[in-house]
Amino acid sequence: MTATAIPTEARSMDLLRFATAGSVDDGKSTLIGRLLYDTKSLFTDQLEAVEAVSQARGDEYTNLALLTDGLRAEREQGITIDVAYRYFATPRRKFIIADTPGHTQYTRNMVTGASTADLALILVDARKGLVEQSRRHAFLCSLLRVPHLVLCVNKMDLVDWSQDVFERIADEFTAFAAKLEAPDLTVVPISALRGDNIVSRSENTPWYEGPSLLHHLEHVHIASDRNLVDVRFPVQYVIRPQSTTVTDYRGYAGQVASGVLKPGDEVMVLPSGFTSRIVAIETADGPVEEAFPPMSVTVRLTDEIDISRGDLICRPTNAPAVAQDIEAMICWMDETRPLRVGAKYAIKHTTRSARAVIRGLRYRLDVNSLHRDESATELNLNEIGRVRLRTTVPLLADEYRRNRTTGGFIVIDEMTNRTVGAGMIVETG
Amino acid sequence: MRQPAAYRVSHLDALEAESVFVIREVVAELERPVLLFSGGKDSIVMLRLAEKAFTPARIPFPVMHVDTGHNFAEVLDYRDQRVAEMGLHLVVASVPEALESGLVQESADGMRNRIQTPVLLDAVEKYRFDALFGGARRDEEKARAKERVFSFRDDFGQWDPKNQRPELWSLYNGRHHPGESIRIFPLSNWTELDVWHYIAREKLSLPSIYYAHEREVIERDGMLYAVNEFISPRGTETPFPAQVRYRTVGDASCTAAVRSDADTVEKVIEEVAATRITERGATRGDDRVSEAAMEDRKREGYF
Ligand SMILES: Nc1nc2c(ncn2[C@@H]2O[C@H](COP(=O)(O)OP(=O)(O)O)[C@@H](O)[C@H]2O)c(=O)[nH]1
Repeated sequence: MTATAIPTEARSMDLLRFATAGSVDDGKSTLIGRLLYDTKSLFTDQLEAVEAVSQARGDEYTNLALLTDGLRAEREQGITIDVAYRYFATPRRKFIIADTPGHTQYTRNMVTGASTADLALILVDARKGLVEQSRRHAFLCSLLRVPHLVLCVNKMDLVDWSQDVFERIADEFTAFAAKLEAPDLTVVPISALRGDNIVSRSENTPWYEGPSLLHHLEHVHIASDRNLVDVRFPVQYVIRPQSTTVTDYRGYAGQVASGVLKPGDEVMVLPSGFTSRIVAIETADGPVEEAFPPMSVTVRLTDEIDISRGDLICRPTNAPAVAQDIEAMICWMDETRPLRVGAKYAIKHTTRSARAVIRGLRYRLDVNSLHRDESATELNLNEIGRVRLRTTVPLLADEYRRNRTTGGFIVIDEMTNRTVGAGMIVETG
Repeated sequence: MRQPAAYRVSHLDALEAESVFVIREVVAELERPVLLFSGGKDSIVMLRLAEKAFTPARIPFPVMHVDTGHNFAEVLDYRDQRVAEMGLHLVVASVPEALESGLVQESADGMRNRIQTPVLLDAVEKYRFDALFGGARRDEEKARAKERVFSFRDDFGQWDPKNQRPELWSLYNGRHHPGESIRIFPLSNWTELDVWHYIAREKLSLPSIYYAHEREVIERDGMLYAVNEFISPRGTETPFPAQVRYRTVGDASCTAAVRSDADTVEKVIEEVAATRITERGATRGDDRVSEAAMEDRKREGYF
């Protein structure tokens, strides 16, 4: 086993976030344990704790799955089933794993984990092939617009490393993914338990010509996933020092959602529609010549115009919609009360807050069959539907498929203050 | 001016941008934030990020230290110096004072981890803080892997695992009713190594005990404890000099040192990269009680 050392030189590393999904027992915990183990991201005390538990339970070998506190263990202990975040690094990349449990009831978790993911890793058991849940996982990844998809066909050791088995599953999944407009897809035959095709290519699969899983994770090209075309800078906070040394300073702080901003650019501020020019883009480390996602910067403009949190800086020729009537896919996340037509909620969209009333539910989507039920009148926990809503103040919005930052919003219950839904804008009117 | 190389963003830049975003979000949406500043390395990094978030303005919130009374002198000096340099307002929530007033009582084992929670909550109530920045990271401990960036606490300051809000995209929900509060962890996605790389990159000064130095220690339960006013040899324990450093700086009565020759930030990074034992496992006597120790303390309102 060639293991990758933890990097000591951080400058050349970038960051990849990925979500994992699989049905119970497909080997997700084993795979994550394996990735952490093989990249030396585990510590002896963690390993010892797992060895002790393994022994106590009478396991024949150290169960790597225990490292990540698998779903079964959580159920036994009655812990809330939730997204867990894990970290590992190789000399090329730092990885953040959003480990999401796979059951149908946990659509909420999968949607949450996928919302920030650059890549999603879906596991299937080679003996079982694609199951309903694999299709659902693929659908949710496409709904959340995760740019890269990896299907790991696991437990290849239990099907004699059969090329036929692998290809049948790969073909079936590829055909399904094409229907979903799933973007970049890679399929890898692995054994999480034995480590085949995880760090390096396995001799057991001479017919497989693709990369090992880790090689793919390290090299998949994510820089171009960012939208560098549409300038969108939601104003987060206005910096106005109350100081005798710095006077007349007014800077608009925020994180670039998309596009590239440069000093000298002509910009438009929404919702007012005023135009101005960028004087400078500043950071605590000095001015920069360009700002692009995901940089947090402070933008200064030539004109003294009234700009506050929730406004958005864009280009006069390329602006988002300023809209109060929104069509969105909403995933409902509240177990206590369903989404109902006529109900009012608070909305958080970029740095902007609004209230909204649900005008209509066009259909509820069956996430397994993709069947649309137009007779539905409400959305319950873990259900997804297409919803029409009207907001009290305009949102400065793009379609989610074009922009994951200016196209996504959360729905908040005004009584309990809980986050009860996730919305992806389909259309603005 | 810094030149972008094909719009590359290093992992440290990405982490920094995310943390700065989180800190600004809190100031924009919550009424009375406070940053927990202990003089430990994570809180030092957090303070630096807060400074970056608001320049050229000052940090628009005070800092708070929950003082157990069991301090490393070097850390307390560092705290005061940093607060003065940056012109910050420091609130001290003092465990010794709370012992005196009867708010809390010393626990049987003399450890002050549990009793600092009511002291913290008392200060939160007194100053009506509704947002508390903490330096905890998700990689520290299994129980933290599911912690939110915005972690909701009820009006008793308690963490209810069943009542946490899903966090999607970068849309954080800080809404709460009066009396409730939010703990915010801007370093959620950082690892110990990221923190050290950042300390090196930003040339942040740290309390000297983070670097290798010689100290009188005793060995107890396989860990090295400094002999000081809080820890003295028991039974057959004999003090001896050793070259050590601290990986975490907690309560001086239960934080252990590790053997180390790493006396510069570069050497510490090398050491951390090669170390095969977690920060907490190596140095926190208080976490060794049980696997579930952290989980229990969190429910009660501990960080
Ligand atoms: N033979 C074999 N067994 C595996 C493999 N991966 C996982 N397993 C076993 O499958 C069972 C379920 O794995 P686990 O990781 O707990 O699944 P999870 O529910 O998806 O997290 C365990 O007994 C594992 O040891 C594999 O590649 N080959």
